[in-house]
Amino acid sequence: MPRDPSPSYRLPSFDDKPALVKLVIIGGIVACVAAAFAWTGGWLSPGKVTPARFVNAFETDNGHHPGFRRNHAKGVCITGTFASNGAGAKLSKAVVFENGSSVPVMGRFALSDAVPDVSDGPKHVRSMALSFRLPDGEEWRSGMNDIPVFPFATAQDFYDLLVATKPDPATGKPNPDTVKAYFGGHPKTAGAIQTIGSHPFPSGFANASYNGLNAFRFIAADGTVTPVRWSMVAVDAFAPEAAEAPSTDKNYLFEAFGQRIAQGPVQWHLVVTIGKPEDPTKDATIAWPDDREKVDVGTLTIDHTEAEADGNCRDINYDPLVLPSGIEGSDDPLLSARSAVYAQSYKRRSGEEKTPSAVQINDTAKAP
Amino acid sequence: MNQPFTIFSRLLHWLMAILILAMLFIGVGMVASLTDYGWLVQIHKPIGALILVLVVVRLINRLLHPAPPLPTGMPGWQRFAAHASHVVLYVLMFALPLVGWGMLSAVHTPVVLYGSLHLPPILPADAMLYAKLRTAHTVLALLLFLTFLAHLGAALMHALIFRDGVFDSMTSGRNQS
Repeated sequence: MPRDPSPSYRLPSFDDKPALVKLVIIGGIVACVAAAFAWTGGWLSPGKVTPARFVNAFETDNGHHPGFRRNHAKGVCITGTFASNGAGAKLSKAVVFENGSSVPVMGRFALSDAVPDVSDGPKHVRSMALSFRLPDGEEWRSGMNDIPVFPFATAQDFYDLLVATKPDPATGKPNPDTVKAYFGGHPKTAGAIQTIGSHPFPSGFANASYNGLNAFRFIAADGTVTPVRWSMVAVDAFAPEAAEAPSTDKNYLFEAFGQRIAQGPVQWHLVVTIGKPEDPTKDATIAWPDDREKVDVGTLTIDHTEAEADGNCRDINYDPLVLPSGIEGSDDPLLSARSAVYAQSYKRRSGEEKTPSAVQINDTAKAP
Repeated sequence: MNQPFTIFSRLLHWLMAILILAMLFIGVGMVASLTDYGWLVQIHKPIGALILVLVVVRLINRLLHPAPPLPTGMPGWQRFAAHASHVVLYVLMFALPLVGWGMLSAVHTPVVLYGSLHLPPILPADAMLYAKLRTAHTVLALLLFLTFLAHLGAALMHALIFRDGVFDSMTSGRNQS
């Protein structure tokens, strides 16, 4: 860069055309960097579905409920332990699968609805979220549902449904024509919802089995990668849910779980399904064939439940991409989208004033 | 402007310039993306930790090898702006990774660097504390980006308009007169 022997620190005058050109170039460079930043941040693309706009859609459809999750809003905390039987160690080097490993688990049961005081009822999808606390400070979080497939292959499909089911201001209900048009344009979702609706729902939380639905990758100690899906399979015997709500109690499903756990710990087997190369890992609307190899890798024992409160499951973001070494996300686009939207929901609710959950069961009355 | 920055100082400056600019774009991009959030968050954490290590090295280096004096002809307000913006840059280079580390600690999320290697928490789990730190992380990042834009504009002014050797002291270093 040639150096001026006696530099002037004034802006160039209007007569100094070459210097003015340089000034414009400098302004242009700075403006381009600023514009690139704004574009990257989505501010120049109002039509882009960002995590914030996704959460806005939940709030538009279901109302704003400060302090609560924007989806799966009504829930209760559960705690216990996961004991590995060692069978998972050949698939994944995660320490949680070592033979004899036992780790504390902080979990949550919820209804999949976005309204925190919704009434329990038939055909409400239930979820189990878990945070495995590994001994060296690693963590494994998973959110699972008691349905065989997920209704959406992509976040866009989910978002489109939220838009299509936006309440009509005139009726307070979604416009049936819009909803019909949505399903016409989203055959995968229509098919998945049919699969979900035709599978038998269990009568409670304790006898429900919960499926991870998204595919993950298990990394073995020798580097072998295995595509997997996992499930928490109930030990309590399956009983089908009645067509009508068995009680007028708004929280009968949660109350029943409180009574069940008061009688003793509730258990699930963590069953890992091993995918074959032809099994889709990036489409959660498609179940893998029933004959795929399944490995029981350990037992989850839940021995305590309590209402959501400061510092318990309420304050955990069950982000499916918080994973220990030995487990990785697959190419399923829902994983990144869930992670992003959960973070946005958490960001909003964590700073809001909290009100007590509609579910206030706890097992403190349980005999020691 | 009689001597340039040392080679090590220049190396640190340009390495961190690339990392910090990349991190600002990664950060603002990931929170606006459903599809790329996962992998961007994954690289955001180790790069943030690397920047924190580098800024410690850089501060020590700066104390051992102070910046060359500004040209004597520079007006007072420009000297003040230069010094103040550098103080802001240093404070933010420390604050952003620390706030990021702190906010993840406040939600009990391990800051995974690679494989099972992760940073220990530096704060207790506390959702309300998280909310405050999360907001601070955004505000400070935007402030860092604005300070960077001012820094970039000022550097180009020195290079193209003032031509006083300040820009060269951080680039070629061949400006000893």
